[in-house]
Amino acid sequence: MGSYILRRVLQSLLILLGISFLTFVLLYLIPADPARQIAGRSATAQTVENIREQLGLNLPFYQQYFRYLTGLVQGDLGRSYLQKTEVGELIASRLPATLLLMLGAIVCELAIGLTMGLVAALRRNTAADTSLMVLSFVGVSSPQFVIGILLLYVFAVQLGWFPIGGYGTFRHMVLPSLTLGFLGAGWYSRMMRSSMIDVLRQDFIRTARAKGLKRWQVLFGHAMPNALLPIIAMIGIDIGLFMSGIVVVESVFGWPGIGQLAWQAIQRVDIPIIMGVTLVSAFAIVLGNFLADMIAPLIDPRIKLR
Amino acid sequence: MSETSPTPQTDKKTVLSVRDLKTAVATPQGQKIVVDGLSFDLREGETLCIAGESGSGKSMTALSIMRLLPEPMARIAGGTIDLGGRDLTALGESEMRKVRGDDVAMIFQEPMTSLNPVLTIGRQLREAVLAHESVSRAKADARALEILRDVRLSEPEQRLKQYPHELSGGMRQRVMIAMALACHPKVLIADEPTTALDVTIQAQILQLMRDLQKETGTAIVLITHDMGVVAEMADRVIVMQHGRIVEDNAVAPLFAAPKDPYTAELLAAVPKLGAMAGKDPANAHLQDGAAAKVVEVEDLTVRFNLKGGVLHRVVSRVHAVEGVGFDLHRGETLGLVGESGCGKSTIGKALMNLVPWEGSIRVCGEHVMRSRTAAADRGYRRNLQMVFQDPYASLDPRMTVGDLVGEPLVIHGLARGQELEDRVAGLFRRVGLTPEQMRRHPHEFSGGQRQRICIARALALEPKAIVADESVSALDVSVQAQVLDLMKELQDEMGLAYLFISHDMAVVEQVSHRVAVMYLGQIVEVGTRRQIFENPQHSYTKKLLKAVPIPDPGRRRDAFEVPTGEIPSPVLPLGQSVERVRYVDVGNRHLVAEAP
Repeated sequence: MGSYILRRVLQSLLILLGISFLTFVLLYLIPADPARQIAGRSATAQTVENIREQLGLNLPFYQQYFRYLTGLVQGDLGRSYLQKTEVGELIASRLPATLLLMLGAIVCELAIGLTMGLVAALRRNTAADTSLMVLSFVGVSSPQFVIGILLLYVFAVQLGWFPIGGYGTFRHMVLPSLTLGFLGAGWYSRMMRSSMIDVLRQDFIRTARAKGLKRWQVLFGHAMPNALLPIIAMIGIDIGLFMSGIVVVESVFGWPGIGQLAWQAIQRVDIPIIMGVTLVSAFAIVLGNFLADMIAPLIDPRIKLR
Repeated sequence: MSETSPTPQTDKKTVLSVRDLKTAVATPQGQKIVVDGLSFDLREGETLCIAGESGSGKSMTALSIMRLLPEPMARIAGGTIDLGGRDLTALGESEMRKVRGDDVAMIFQEPMTSLNPVLTIGRQLREAVLAHESVSRAKADARALEILRDVRLSEPEQRLKQYPHELSGGMRQRVMIAMALACHPKVLIADEPTTALDVTIQAQILQLMRDLQKETGTAIVLITHDMGVVAEMADRVIVMQHGRIVEDNAVAPLFAAPKDPYTAELLAAVPKLGAMAGKDPANAHLQDGAAAKVVEVEDLTVRFNLKGGVLHRVVSRVHAVEGVGFDLHRGETLGLVGESGCGKSTIGKALMNLVPWEGSIRVCGEHVMRSRTAAADRGYRRNLQMVFQDPYASLDPRMTVGDLVGEPLVIHGLARGQELEDRVAGLFRRVGLTPEQMRRHPHEFSGGQRQRICIARALALEPKAIVADESVSALDVSVQAQVLDLMKELQDEMGLAYLFISHDMAVVEQVSHRVAVMYLGQIVEVGTRRQIFENPQHSYTKKLLKAVPIPDPGRRRDAFEVPTGEIPSPVLPLGQSVERVRYVDVGNRHLVAEAP
């Protein structure tokens, strides 16, 4: 177990190193000149050259990358060219809002998805099953900005149940969480349905019934833990999906998280921020998968980590 | 017949009475009656065996009594099931729930899948108690421990905390029995309870069921296809065919003088251990005493690495096969027997180069290399082919059977066009099918026909030897007998050599010229059929032979000489090696491993 964790941590560090390198290369290739951006249009060539010198932008590629990496190891994500602040600070100030949104989304997608999937599995091949699966199909295939705007229009503009945007109270959280979780709910309902149908066919379910257990005992005591196994593994991967979703959702709802930060940075080609957000996202995905793998053996005793 | 077993007990009261039971299954072609007018009475302490081949409706009967049919696809269409004055067919689901596990309990065939993999043994046992008795959790746990002791499971305290995957098949079946008996049911229905188990474990489980029956007086309905188990266990036997009872009689007269022709046929088809005693196997291709060696295996070793640690390096190895050597001659069948995990199937796979191996394998005098060019690989595969265990899984469902049989010829570039067609047609005739069937798909054939197709495919390249890995194990006895006959015919005609891998001692005795017994990756005894079956020398061979139930109630062993324990693990940490056995020749090349 200990050696498994150690190996996974080493692997994760390697992945993060690879991602930092890839992002660095990509951003190095962008034809924008940071020195010119910082100095402004009216600056002289000499000023621009000075800034370039200061930032080390005239160094060869590998030296620039090495400087960046040295900073990274010390926890320094660099400095925004335009906002003149530390990238680490910027992200840290935005992260809580994003985490809160993701938590809300996970709750939404699990509550909606698992319930839908369970009902569909138990009412297999009925009208209820079909309509639930059509709904899940809509969830899986609708772009998030469409869902977000629809929800905004119906529940905020027309009905006025929730605020149009912003951050602060529970009511602010509902619509963004729903939007972000809608896609996942669609996936989970499908997974839960097929997983549950599969488990209900297993021999041990028949054994449980042969013991004389009540229907709900068979369903929640025996079938549920088995049906949830593939879904736990999905939640880890989900965090990656969220990372792409938050850019859209936070923009639609004006949610002050790192998605919005990234969006603004992309528009202004603020390379240090883009790098920072990418790395934090990668870290979140790696961490999510790691946690999912750690949780799996707690639920399924057959999984041995080694 | 030693008379400790209870024969007709008219004084004992009837606990279960089934009358005119009909069970229907919905199929795309409409409703099909799978149990048709079944009636029987079951008395206290009695063991009733329901015997029959696959599709006879015996399992459906069990599920009907438990009311566990997969509704709405299957349902009870008529009749009554009377248990202590109540008609089970008329009970609602919540009433029936109270009957299940309390009055009628059931154990199933597959111990590997019949327990919930994510719950502890203790939790699953406790549940069985709590489902019917309102006692405290602690009391239920105490009961769980007590019943585990009753089924003689080793270290019961530890077992309660373990999960099913940590237990062997035999141990799991004990847990299933414990669970079924938790509330002292009046009737225990056991559906093929030992079919998935090795013979020595089967003997242990059967003995346990008999002991528990004596202690508790539970009536048992034992459903089985194995006439050996029937003879060993039954007081009374019902033989089913196509959903109907064809014969219902006490066990002794049924075996001695079957009244129904189907029963007689069934009994005749059962391979009986010892049936070949005194007979020397004929080998048409061995007359000169020295037929050519087709396969020569020396010092064959197969090990699988298990990885672990920070750097994911090899930490231990499964020693599947350790230094095995044997020869296979033209026209000869070498039976390879042993229990699951002994490495017999791995030897077959190594011969076909499907697993990495070490040592020396020669086919028709030519060394087989572990890594070869595709051309060399084809050359040797022409001489050695394989027929697998599961005829359902080893045929591609999307190809026509004609294409499947012709595929080896195409791959080897041996025939095309009309010639290919003709040769495949010839192969179909050869294995007892008609060339008209070539255009059909595998799902249109029965298990026996599919195994014929697999044999035809193996024959396509006119190999010198065939590895038959449990090739008839999945078939019903009557079909099994036909396939074995076909294999024998082909051997006489073409001089084929078979490496016949099987767990079934009786079948091996029937077909083999020579027999090798495997235990923990090594051959512990090898000799002619008569040497092994009439004069077994190694303790493991003896144990194996004793454990086989004999389909003759007259030779019933009331107290089995029950082999104890389980086979030790072939997994060893890196650095440790298996001690190789040394052989002693006890006469006429009958080799026996020396006791360590």
